[in-house]
This record gives sequence, structure tokens and C-alpha cells, in this order.
Amino acid sequence: MNEIIQSSLSLLWPELTLTVTFILTLFSQFALRKAPMHSGYVALAGFLLAFLLLGTQGGSDASVFGVMLAVDPFAVFFKYLIIISGILVLGFSLQSEEIRNNAEHAGEYFAFLTSMTLGMFLMAGASNLLMMYLSIELVSLSSYVLSGYLRNVERSNEAALKYVIFGAVSSGLMLYGISLIYGLTGALDIYSMRDVLATGAVMPGSWAFATLVAAVILIIGGFGYKISAVPFHYWTPDVYEGAPITITAYLSVASKAAGFAIMIRFFKVAFLNTVSADGAWEVLAGMNWELIIAVISVLTMTLGNLVALWQDNLKRMLAYSSIAHAGYMLMGLVVATDNGIAAIMVYFVMYLIMNLGAFYVVMVVAQKTGSEDIDDYRGLAYRAPWVAGAMAIFLVSLTGLPPTAGFIGKLWIFAAVLSKPGFVWLAIIGVINSVISLYYYARVFRNMYLRQGDEEKAQPILFGSRTIAGSLIFAVPTIVFGLYFGPILEWAKNSVTLFLR
Amino acid sequence: MDFPILSFITFLPVLGLLVILLLPKENHRNIRGVAVAVTLVQFIFAIILWAGFDPSLAGINAESGMQFVERLKWITIPETPWFGEIRIEYFMGVDGLSMPMVLLTTLIVVVASLASFSVKKNLKGYFAMFLLLDTAMIGVFCSLDFFLFYIFWELMLLPMYFLIGIWGGPRREYAAIKFFIYTLLGSVFILLVMIGLYFSTTDPNTGLHTFNMIAMMDPANVASDSIFGGIATTARHLAFIALFIGFAIKVPIFPFHTWLPDAHVEAPTAISVILAGVLLKMGTYGLMRISLPMFPDSMLYFQLPIIILGFINIVYGALVAMAQTDFKKMIAYSSISHMGYVMIGLAALNPQVMNGAIFQMFNHGTITAMLFILVGVLYDRAHTRKMSDFGGIYNKMPVYSFFTVIAFFAAIGLPGLSGFVSEAFCFLGAFHTNIFWASLSTLGIVLGAGYMLWAFQRVFMGTLPERWEGLKDISVREILSLAPLAVVVVILGVQPGIAFNWFSNSMNHLVEVVTSSARVAGLM
Repeated sequence: MNEIIQSSLSLLWPELTLTVTFILTLFSQFALRKAPMHSGYVALAGFLLAFLLLGTQGGSDASVFGVMLAVDPFAVFFKYLIIISGILVLGFSLQSEEIRNNAEHAGEYFAFLTSMTLGMFLMAGASNLLMMYLSIELVSLSSYVLSGYLRNVERSNEAALKYVIFGAVSSGLMLYGISLIYGLTGALDIYSMRDVLATGAVMPGSWAFATLVAAVILIIGGFGYKISAVPFHYWTPDVYEGAPITITAYLSVASKAAGFAIMIRFFKVAFLNTVSADGAWEVLAGMNWELIIAVISVLTMTLGNLVALWQDNLKRMLAYSSIAHAGYMLMGLVVATDNGIAAIMVYFVMYLIMNLGAFYVVMVVAQKTGSEDIDDYRGLAYRAPWVAGAMAIFLVSLTGLPPTAGFIGKLWIFAAVLSKPGFVWLAIIGVINSVISLYYYARVFRNMYLRQGDEEKAQPILFGSRTIAGSLIFAVPTIVFGLYFGPILEWAKNSVTLFLR
Repeated sequence: MDFPILSFITFLPVLGLLVILLLPKENHRNIRGVAVAVTLVQFIFAIILWAGFDPSLAGINAESGMQFVERLKWITIPETPWFGEIRIEYFMGVDGLSMPMVLLTTLIVVVASLASFSVKKNLKGYFAMFLLLDTAMIGVFCSLDFFLFYIFWELMLLPMYFLIGIWGGPRREYAAIKFFIYTLLGSVFILLVMIGLYFSTTDPNTGLHTFNMIAMMDPANVASDSIFGGIATTARHLAFIALFIGFAIKVPIFPFHTWLPDAHVEAPTAISVILAGVLLKMGTYGLMRISLPMFPDSMLYFQLPIIILGFINIVYGALVAMAQTDFKKMIAYSSISHMGYVMIGLAALNPQVMNGAIFQMFNHGTITAMLFILVGVLYDRAHTRKMSDFGGIYNKMPVYSFFTVIAFFAAIGLPGLSGFVSEAFCFLGAFHTNIFWASLSTLGIVLGAGYMLWAFQRVFMGTLPERWEGLKDISVREILSLAPLAVVVVILGVQPGIAFNWFSNSMNHLVEVVTSSARVAGLM
């Protein structure tokens, strides 16, 4: 027993680091009563250490604590995404006036940010239904608190409340789905589950099969809530708009990445015959799962894009745009071959850069102008050329035009879809959606470049060199990865390996 | 390795862009100077390129016929399970099809940068976008790798959006976004076909999937069980339609043309010049470079519909042009009409028309560019483009009117000017293929003469209204931007043989490629 624990722990240095960081950050606020923002540096140090220690998990293809948590290249890939966006979001938070103005609880803020990150790390590797549930809950509970962090702001409170209610419902559904699966298969870890299903114990057409389908749909509800797929997206716009922008950025990237990681692992391991060349959804043959996912994907991107057209608040618009992007990425899951999964992973790298960049600009602009309205971006290009230029690059990239990172992400997703026979229609809907999305992204750069602000808003906005450097940290890779994406593609393709018992 | 002249011509504007970004905002003189210098150097190098160009090599689907080839590894991903190896190359080269387009582009860009002097607002941004557009245009004509081609193709959209949207007329926002959305809609379909072609094509040298356009043209490289495998299958026809829509929006072909009049009317003069002079050619160039040689079977299948679309373009464009009261809008619609000749020529698929089609592309570029500059000159002075506001300009602005006469008559197709030769070839060949639609299309010439002469009468003849007493004739700078075009129009009108030398081998070969592969397939 001791040996198992020891050998397991030795593979979990990053997670252990985050756990210790959580405790240290939580207690640091008592020591740092005079300068509560400094708790952020404690968390930052922990994150950086966890980032470095992730190297120790590189190359391992194992599972720890029995088969609770997989430590495989796939998990490590997503952990890197999560920790990198975590570090960047910590950087945002240290610059954020929203957080600074409520600094008396900054210690809690940073502590919960750490626990959320820890939860997402666990999500990336969870291979037991209970572990999946617990890790999702850890992330959710932390994010409820964080989105309500601005206690004096009504919409932040509203965000937190809505998030809790929707979150409670969907985790309830998921838990029910898990219990059904346990009843059917007697297994909680997804490997045993697959073994039971592979024996053909659950025949299509039987009641058991219907129960299984219902259970999977309930579980999809839980995952869909995390990645804000339609119809589980209702919380997204309100939470994204109300939460502190740092948290919005984190939710839109890291939490979505963790959601995708857990969803992919669940389907790939438990239900897909990973051996057959086209990755057919064989184990669940009685239902046309790829079509169900495809429909969710189409609904998600179309609804996200169409509703984004009508938004006046940039943060809210980016919320809907992030729903649309989840839809694009779901196209990769329809394919579900290594091709499709790698495409999702490449997309996530690109999405991380461009989306965090866009949120960063929204944050710094809001701190100077006090507004997140798209209308208040009028003439920004003439008031703050660097920041506006960076924003334009992010928006072009989000639209998916070359030569930017977003194009590369879309390219491989579409390539994956087209490599699967019979799904050309999905690709066509995908590209039409990206044309639609141009219209609302273009609204922002139209305001920035084509229009002039009112006279009192025509004064130049002076940004410090730190802010400009901050936006360049995102803008430069957005272009570079658009033209030279070989290493990313290679990294993703080498990381599609899932641990299989 | 030889001097990479194609990359130099392509990326020189980016260098100029960086220099301009470093210049202070108020230094208009130097900003303009850099832009003109860059475009001039680019043009000179294009002439050098042309001087070293061997017109006896056909190119098109033969890699050995490509000249000034540059081939570098760009993205290489080693073999991984499931995916195989991925290789994308930086692959540039020119043949008789792209050489005239490169020359045309560099010429038009010089002219347009001279015509940009009337721009006053935010000059730095203007020329930055202008030069970025320049790079993208040359890049499209030089790339032989579909991926590279697509990147340049899309790179044109954003600068054009800003150029129309920031420096355009009163309805610029509407025109800019309309242009953007229309052309993006077209290009995403091209993207899908590109991916499909990638999965269907295997490079015989490496055994890997490839974006190499030349490899895509050889049916032997397309696996029969792949998505675009086989001959005249539904998938191939659909792909052809998707490509056609993508390119047709750029040309523009009826019914995808509605963005063009808006874009032209709102765009500043120099941008109209580029739009008409170069961007419209992208569509027909794409059809010739990609659709025809890669999908010859579908081309034959859709030959008649395309000829009919060409006919509609000619006649519809001419009729609508006749109804315009706005000078610039009339030219815009005449442009649609004239691109119809190219469409007919390209679809008729015989050597004469194919030569006529590319010659018409070149001539349309120079002539329409002249027309737009002329409209711009008048608008800069009068701030109106309504033809009924004018009259009797001839006496007031004789030099201006002289150039107008050349441009108008070239557009009508008067013998002795370049437009005549190319239109004649287009029709001559088209008669062989489909005498019915070809003869109907000649109606376009009559209508063309109609609206052009009528416009000329309304603006230049008659009595001069009093308000235009103070109108000044054109300046030296404006002459400088018109004269090179006029010279080209006259020389190629008198001695078209020079031009045919550049491209006839390639164009004949293109027809050969299409018809022979169709014959092999038993479609002809």
C-alpha cells in the first residue's frame, strides 16, 4: 500500500506543488495584511514551480493510485495549457484594478485561483468517474467563489449565483449519469467500464442499452456545461460578463481546456475502439454518437455566432464567441481519431493565445476608459495604436484568417473533418460560421479604425510600456504561429497518446 | 543559390512598410517617397524578371517549365502514427500565365502609388496597408503551393478592408464590410477544396500528401479512392462549383457581383485602380491556374453554363452601365462587362480564346486603371461624379481629354488600341466553340460603344456649365500616372505580337492540358 502511494506521489510533483501553494497562499494573507496583493506572488511562484515540475511527468504513460489518475502525454499537454494560462492570468490579476480595488480578500482570490488550477490538473488526468466528478466539482466550487469576487458589484453577484444554480443542476445530472453507469457495469473506472461494455453485456435494443444511452447523455450534460456547449451554455454570457475579467479569461480558456480533456478521455477510453483506423464509435454502435456530437457542435457554433452578432458589451460578445469556438473544437471530437484529437489540441494552443490576448486588451482598456462597450472602442486605433493593433490581430485570428494562429487551428480542424467520410456538410457549416463570425469581430475593428470617438474621447490613452509589452506577448505569437506552426503541430501529435490499461 | 528574385519582388513592399512605420507621422513627403520608390524598384525588378524570362517554356503543369523557382522547406513534421509525414513548402515560380500578371501588378502599383498623392488623412497607415496589399497580390501570382497561395489570397482582404473603410467615400463602412464578407465567403470554399485536394494528392517524389499545385494537376497523382478521385464524379463537380464560386466572387461574375459597384464607388481612386486593375484578375487567374488544370472534366461539364454566365456578365454589365448617372459607377459596371469577355474566352477552351482571355485580363487591367484614374482626377477637382453635372470639359481640360479619348476608345475596342486585339481574339475563338452564345455576346461591344460614347458626350461635349470655369487641367504627377498606361495601351494595340510572345506557349499548353486530359477521360 505504502509503495503504491509513494510511487504514485512521485509522479504527481506538479499537483503536490499546487496543493502546497494553495495552503501557503491561503495563509499568506495573514502575514501580508498590509500588502494583500503580494499573495499573488506566492501563487505565481508556486505556479512557476509547478510548470517546471511538469517536466517530470513528460514521457510517462502511466496511471497513479490504481487507475484514478492517468499521467500520460495527453494529460501533460493539457496541464501545460492550463498552467501557462494560469501563469498569464496571474499576471493579469496582478495588473488588474478590479482585484486591486478589492484587495482585502486578495489572498482568498489567489488561493481559489490555485485550487481551481489544481482541479483542472486533476480533470486532465481523471480516469475514474468519481475522480472526474470530484475534480469538476473542485474547479466549479472555486470558480463560483471567484466569479462573485467583486462583492460590491451587483452583476458579479448575479454571475456567481447563476453559476452556482446552473452548476448544481448539471453536476447533479452528471452524478445521476455516473450512478446509472455504475449500476449497469459495476465499474467506476473507465477502463473496467470499457471492458464490461466490450463483452457485449449491454446489447443495443435492450433496456440496459437505453439506460446506458441516457446515462451518457446525462454525463455529456456535465461536460457540456464545462465547455459551454449548447444547450448547456446558459450560464456563460452572464458569468463571463459579471465575473472579474481575469476570471472570465481563465474560464474561457483553461476551464474549457480541462473540460475538453476530460470529455475526450471519457469517450476515447470508455467507448471508442481505439484500434480501428477511422476511430469508429463502435462500442456504442446502437446510437449514432458522432451525429449527436456533430449536432451539438453545429448548434453550439451557430448559436454562439448568431447571438454574438447582437452584443454591445465586448466581454459578453467574447463570451458568445467562446461558445462558438467550443463548437468548432467539438467538430474534432466528431472525428475522434487521433487526427481529430490532435486538431482540437492545436486549436487550443492557438485559442489560448488569441483569446487571452483579447481579454487582456479588454481589461487594460476598461481600466483606462471605464467601459467594456464596443461603442467606446471608437477611434481606439488613434488613441492607443499599439494596443488597438494588438487587438486587431487577435480579432483577425479569432475570425480565422491567415496569417494568424486562428487560421491554423481552423485549418486542421477542417482537415480532420474532411478526412472523415460523410461529414463534408459539417465542414461547410463550420466555414460558413466563420464567415458569420467575421461580422461581429469586424465590428470591433471597425470601431477602432474606421470611426472616430466623440471629442472628449479623442485624447490619446497613454499605456505604460508594461501594458504594451503585455499585449505584444500575445500578439507576436499569434502571427508567428500563423506562419510557423510546425512545432505546435508536432507537439500535439506526439501528445495524443492516452494511457490505456 | 541564385538571387531569389521572386521573393525579393514579393517581400520588398513589406520592407518598405517597415521603413514607413519608422518614419514620423507628419513626414508626408518621405512616406510618399518611400512608397513610390519601393513600387518603382519593384517594377524595375519585374522588368528584369521579364528580360530573363524564357517564353518558350510552357510551365502550367510541368515543373521544368517553371522559371525563377524557389523551393524551400517550410513546415516539416516527421512521421507519427496515423498521420504520416506532413510537408508544406515555400514554392514560388512563374510561367507564361503568371508573368504577365506580375508585370501588370507591378505597373499598376506604381501608377496607383502616384495616384495616391491626393490622400491626406493618416498617410502612414494608408501606405502601410497599400504595401501589404502589394505583397499579397504579387504573392498570389507567384505561389505554386496551394497553401502559400491561400495565405496570400486571404492576406489581401484585410488591407483592402481598411483601405476602403478608412479612406473611402461616405458609405465606406458598408462597402468595406460587404467586400470583406463576400470575398471571405468565397475563399472559405476554396479552403475546403484545398484541404480535399491535399488529401487526394500524393506527391510522386515523396509519396506524401502535398499542397503542391503542379502535382495536383496530374491525375496520376490523385488516388482513385480519395475524395476527388475518379473522373467527373459528383464530388469533383461540387469541388469545381465551390472553387468557381470562390473565384467568381472576385471576378466578379453575375450574380456574385453586387459588392463591386459599392466597393468601387466608395474606394479612393488609387484603390479603385488596384481593385479593377489587379484584384479582379485574381478570380480569372485562379480559374486558369487551379480550376481548369485540376478539374478539366468538370470544366467541360460546366462549359456551357460558364459561357452563358460570361454572356450575362457582358450584356448585363453593359446595360446597367448604360443606366448609371455616376461616372465611377458606370466604369465599375463596364468593368463587370469586360471581365465577361475573359470568362467567355476562358470557358471556350481553345488556344485562340485562351490567349485572348489572358491578353484581355492584361488589357482590362491597364485600360480600367486609366479610366479610374481619370474619374479620380475629375472628382478631385469637382467633388462630384454625376455625369449630368458636367459638359464641355474638352475645351477646358484638353490634355485630360486626350487621355480620356485613348482610354475610352481602348475600352470600346477601337482597332489600333490594345482592347481591340484581345476582344477580337476572345470572340474569334468563342465562335469556334459556341457560335450561338458568342454571337449574342457581341452585343456587348455595341452596348459598350453606346454607354462609353454617351458618357463621353455628356461629360466632354456640349457647353461648359459656369461653375466649372475654374477647372484646371491635369498636373504633371497625374500625367505621370496616366502616361505609362497609355503608352502600353497604344504599343500593345499596334504591336500585340510582343505580348503574345510572353504567354502564347503557356496558354496553348493550358488548353492542351485541359482538353487532352478530357480526351483521355472520353469526355471530348
